[in-house]
Amino acid sequence: MTLLDFLREYLGMTGTNAGCRTGDCGACTVLLDGKSVNSCLVLACECDGKAVLTIEGLSAGGRLHPLQEAFMDEGAVQCGFCTPGMIMRGVEFLRGNPDPSPAEARVAIEGNICRCTGYENIVKAVLAAARKMKGGGVA
Amino acid sequence: MKDFEYIRARSVDHALEVLAEKGESAVKIAGGQSLLNILKQGLMAPDCLVDIKGLEELDFIESNPGTGFRIGALTTHASILDSEVLQSSCGVLASMERHLATVQVRNWGTIGGNLCMADPSSDAAPVLIALGSTAHIRGPEGAREVPLGEFFLGYYETVVQPGELLTEISFPAIPPATGVSYEKFRNVEGDAPIVVSSAFVSLEKDGRTLSDARVVLGGVASTPVRATAVEDALKGVKLTPAAVESASGLVAESTSPIPDVVCSAEYRNKIARVLAKRTLLSAFEEAKAAVGGKKHR
Repeated sequence: MTLLDFLREYLGMTGTNAGCRTGDCGACTVLLDGKSVNSCLVLACECDGKAVLTIEGLSAGGRLHPLQEAFMDEGAVQCGFCTPGMIMRGVEFLRGNPDPSPAEARVAIEGNICRCTGYENIVKAVLAAARKMKGGGVA
Repeated sequence: MKDFEYIRARSVDHALEVLAEKGESAVKIAGGQSLLNILKQGLMAPDCLVDIKGLEELDFIESNPGTGFRIGALTTHASILDSEVLQSSCGVLASMERHLATVQVRNWGTIGGNLCMADPSSDAAPVLIALGSTAHIRGPEGAREVPLGEFFLGYYETVVQPGELLTEISFPAIPPATGVSYEKFRNVEGDAPIVVSSAFVSLEKDGRTLSDARVVLGGVASTPVRATAVEDALKGVKLTPAAVESASGLVAESTSPIPDVVCSAEYRNKIARVLAKRTLLSAFEEAKAAVGGKKHR
């Protein structure tokens, strides 16, 4: 059983979306020991002893993650199917690069396909979250 | 996906023991970035999966001045891309990794898994062959080494036997007056390559005459191939764009593409000719710069 099926079918955690199921679309991206992976290309049993972070685990103390807030503020959610994967990849990216350029933010989501083609606002949201997380005050 | 027994190897020795015991009923899984799709499609249905991904002893990048580089088979693509020593001393490998699949795949997929999958359009194989790599294999009989150019036997088939493990890839330091380049062609960023080319060009002291060349192509046969006719046509020749253009016309002597859902065989040969030319020219430029001392390697 893949990690994706384990999350959705066994644990009932459907925040992680199943898109292509072949590792091409990034909709099922989760963080495995802090690294973004396609959960459709990892076996659940491989994750024994590892930390799996899904979209359900991002909010803290009843507050959404700054990147989740930025996705709402910037209109980066259209149909919403790619959103959990985009956000998990974005979280990993901003951890490693807290002050990205627009070009870097575009490259960062190379493995996440948005079928609504809403990339402009998604990139805006990643950049806005970066500013917010730095404490720049610009939401 | 059919149910299977799952065994996580604790060491290379343990993995070899399990593989010996299970025989051909067992399949090794490293990053699984290709294998999982194969299992899901039912193209393979092993009784037992031996997970070697966690073997830290095969996750390393070593650079020894003089002798060259060693990369453990279970090093992820992301680790190779992020390696400062490879970026500074073997930039072509980092540039290949930068465009290999997507970040999610690079984070979990391994260099050894990529090579053992033996996809004929592998990003990694042509550049590693151009760099003169050796595959290090361990099995019940001990260790053996195989030049990477002789590692691939056919579509999805290598010299690694069911009871064996690929443990590392090694290649010599890039010699002086040498350039190595890599380019691939695909329709969409993140797609599997249609054609891959890597060129290794060494120049004489005059900075013009070619002393050694390797041109390695992927996606144009059942395995990566050396474009030997192109290489032979250029040896001892004073390189010019015209000479490279003319020699690149000989790629089809080494290729045997088949038409598939992506494109025709003729199309692959045409792209191969163009990529061979481009990679030769850019390796030539890098080699010239190395002769002129413009580029610190």
